Amino acid sequence: MLAKRIIPCLDIRDGVVVKGKNFGGIREVESPVSLAQFYNLSGADELVFYDITASFEGRKLFTETLKEVASCIFIPLTVGGGISSLDDFDRVLKCGADKVSVNTGAIDDPSLINRAAKRYGSQCVVLSMDVKRVDGKFAVFSRGGRVNTGISAAEWAYRGQEEGAGELVLNSIDTDGVKGGFDCEMLNSVCEKLTIPVIASGGAGKKEDFLTLFNSCPKADAGLAASIFHFKEINIEDLKRYLKENGVQARV
Amino acid sequence: MIAIIDYGVGNLYSLSSSLKYLGIENAVTADKNKIEDASGVILPGVGAFADAMAKLQNTGLAPVLENQAKSGKPLLGICLGMQMLFSKSFEYGEHKGLGFIPGIVAPLSADLKRGAKVPHIGWNSLEFYKPSAIYKYINGGEYVYFVHSYYAKGCESDVTAAAMYEGVKITASVGKDNVFGVQYHPEKSGAAGLKILKAFCEIK
Repeated sequence: MLAKRIIPCLDIRDGVVVKGKNFGGIREVESPVSLAQFYNLSGADELVFYDITASFEGRKLFTETLKEVASCIFIPLTVGGGISSLDDFDRVLKCGADKVSVNTGAIDDPSLINRAAKRYGSQCVVLSMDVKRVDGKFAVFSRGGRVNTGISAAEWAYRGQEEGAGELVLNSIDTDGVKGGFDCEMLNSVCEKLTIPVIASGGAGKKEDFLTLFNSCPKADAGLAASIFHFKEINIEDLKRYLKENGVQARV
Repeated sequence: MIAIIDYGVGNLYSLSSSLKYLGIENAVTADKNKIEDASGVILPGVGAFADAMAKLQNTGLAPVLENQAKSGKPLLGICLGMQMLFSKSFEYGEHKGLGFIPGIVAPLSADLKRGAKVPHIGWNSLEFYKPSAIYKYINGGEYVYFVHSYYAKGCESDVTAAAMYEGVKITASVGKDNVFGVQYHPEKSGAAGLKILKAFCEIK
């Protein structure tokens, strides 16, 4: 049986892991390599690295970090942040990424999904979406959650699937960093028509939140979180044992 | 030394790194002499079947691999590398494979119930069917990482392990004499995957 996945996400700026709340108030955590090694040993099913640096120097530092991580971590590695061309795909895949996550780059040019899927295969292309409630509807935000595109989240998710995305990350801006649980209402609404795996992100605060996610969002294949893992509020091994005891398939 | 076949398909960095991590000397290579000198050969692969087969033919590596397989040297195909070991594939048409193991590669979607997710992606547990030297260090039930939309069929007598997905028995690994194939990615399967690679590299 396929296991539900638990995925720690590392936001990296200038070579260090950082974590903010509601996409702001960034604070530094620690070295990405040592944190990745810690997760690798503590049962993470996959790692996601987001490059949130804007500068050229920062980007170079990021690819160096990535190479180092990929040489000592033997679980799937997804990389995102500033991906807007096939050259960007190439750059991070050469450094050991297994999947590449696109967000604003795909909103600006939806054909990027299709072109990347044709060249590298759908399994390699992850569409990441930042979603927020606007006037009772779920809208897609771009540029790190700053700009309302006015696009319906469900429509964009479906379009991404049709263009060839192999997986979808759905991040709720409303619940991000709040630690009050995943945004199951948004997830169920947006995923209704999807047949590709969905990774839920934003809002995890305690073990029970993951159980609620998998019980009430049948389409969610994975739960992604950052700060609660980084600050060791939840130990991934404990979490997965807890899920398994409560009837959720987990790799323990 | 283990030769990891480099024919311009996919990312070989993790595979090479995982062998290095295990302390196993390896070379990512397309060089015939190096491949012939190796104690074992790994055929990796991601992407489309026809494209990968064409690359193996165009680089002249297909006959080299055939000689290696016939010579009795341990050969391990990973993911698409495993699928190419079979006689043919029905991925976008009908394409001839290397034919080292009888069987075909067919779309998963045709056998899954409507609405089931394809690709089969994520960690799934192995159910052992036949003893295999590559499983020397692990027990049945261990989770390994899969990413694929096509799977091997008609190879029942050579299946060593399977994984259940949405009611379909997925061929997870095959073994026929010195030729081995794994549908999953051992280089992405954490500690269990490293143990599988270690066991393969120790086969004499």
